[in-house]
Amino acid sequence: MQHTMKRFDEEMGQLKEHVLSMGGLVEKAIGDAVQSMLEQDETLAMRTIDRDRAINALEVQADEMTRDILVRRQPAAGDLRFILAIIKVITDLERMGDLAAGIAQGMIRGGEKPPKNFSNLDIMGEKVQRQVHRALDALSRGDIDLAMTVIEKDVGIDTLYKRMYRELLTYMMEDARSITSSIILSNAAKNLERISAHATNIAEMVIYMEKGHDIRHVDHDTAARILNGEDI
Amino acid sequence: MSNPDNEKQPDVKITVRNLDFYYGDKQALFGNTLNIEANKVTAFIGPSGCGKSTHIRCYNRMFNLYKGHRGEGEILFDGQNVLDPVVPELELRKRIGMIFQKPTPFPMTVYDNIAYGLKLHGNYPKSELDGRVEKALQDGALWDEVKDALHKAGTALSGGQQQRLCIARAIAVQPEVILMDEPCSALDPIATAKIEELIDELKRNYTIVMVTHSMQQAARVSDNTAFFYMGKLIEFGDTGTLFTQPKEQQTEDYITGRFG
Repeated sequence: MQHTMKRFDEEMGQLKEHVLSMGGLVEKAIGDAVQSMLEQDETLAMRTIDRDRAINALEVQADEMTRDILVRRQPAAGDLRFILAIIKVITDLERMGDLAAGIAQGMIRGGEKPPKNFSNLDIMGEKVQRQVHRALDALSRGDIDLAMTVIEKDVGIDTLYKRMYRELLTYMMEDARSITSSIILSNAAKNLERISAHATNIAEMVIYMEKGHDIRHVDHDTAARILNGEDI
Repeated sequence: MSNPDNEKQPDVKITVRNLDFYYGDKQALFGNTLNIEANKVTAFIGPSGCGKSTHIRCYNRMFNLYKGHRGEGEILFDGQNVLDPVVPELELRKRIGMIFQKPTPFPMTVYDNIAYGLKLHGNYPKSELDGRVEKALQDGALWDEVKDALHKAGTALSGGQQQRLCIARAIAVQPEVILMDEPCSALDPIATAKIEELIDELKRNYTIVMVTHSMQQAARVSDNTAFFYMGKLIEFGDTGTLFTQPKEQQTEDYITGRFG
């Protein structure tokens, strides 16, 4: 059902569009940052870092839009949960943008002595991009099942990171000259792992928005039971 | 299933069970059932004509002032059904006081406004009467403003002051429950804020039931909220929960301004 005040519906729609646009820029930034590392493309890395400013500008605008809605519409129930969730999603997206820029910066720092091999960075990069895409899709459609999938798959990303980290440790132990580039790679992997965690936050917010249940900081089985309507 | 031993059972002041109400032939309330918790503020919200004022006016049998108005069902207050004619009205209206949308000071001095009810219910020597009048005005957050003007006409006060006078008058006779029917509708925002602050203080000693048109007021002031529509109680619960995660779609539609 529409709000009696049509402008309210328009404002909520605009806010959602805005946040999804921000999400689109973040997805692209992640892809570009990983690519710049894998292909040792300094131009792409510089562009990625530069584009982070656009993401930051969108964050500021989005915050203003939510503030306006809060003060003028005094949202309640589902509308309120939407605003509260969006406020957190905006922060998560901005952080994801920073983390992607961080990967690009690592590429530039390591420019003189690039890594000889990139371990699983390409696979991890792809998986994380897919996670982010799923999370934004879930947000766009209010899709709880998709949100739960994002949450489930985060464990796999953690595992990948740990594996990569151990592998890089062995290179560093074998050859001290590889330490700088290994650290850069390890940081890049860490940033990807953090990006995935933020995608999980977004998924948790989708569930809060749709159902009113706050499943942050709750283990997976408990979350599933809460969503099934069981008392915990 | 949550453990009932761990949950404190709410202290219920008024239990309403299957309340029906008729204006002559026309039924206005349909099977309302709810519990009013002691020392809490319960807000009644709903669109115009939904029955919220009709409902609270059953608690002190205000409808008895009019021919053909009747309530059926149970309103249990202290083990007695308030709707039973055997329950004396004067005593009932002392124990359950009422404040209306338009302030209704008596055409008397400020002092006499408060003393009137006291004299009706007891024989107090002047000194004690003075003390009780002062206490009522203190508790009604009005004393400081009228202490040097007790013999001024009640009607000469501002709207907000008049409303606080009516509240002081109601609490002078030491009721248990105070019913408020849109107490702030006729007041400006500052006067409203003062009354809301007063309500927050009063609930320590009284049980308050408040009808309001303002959802923001219900959200600010109340502990529990009841949503009425077309004479039926649609949803009743903790205010925080009702305003963030209502159970019924109709409740959600009303409080988010989507009502058709």
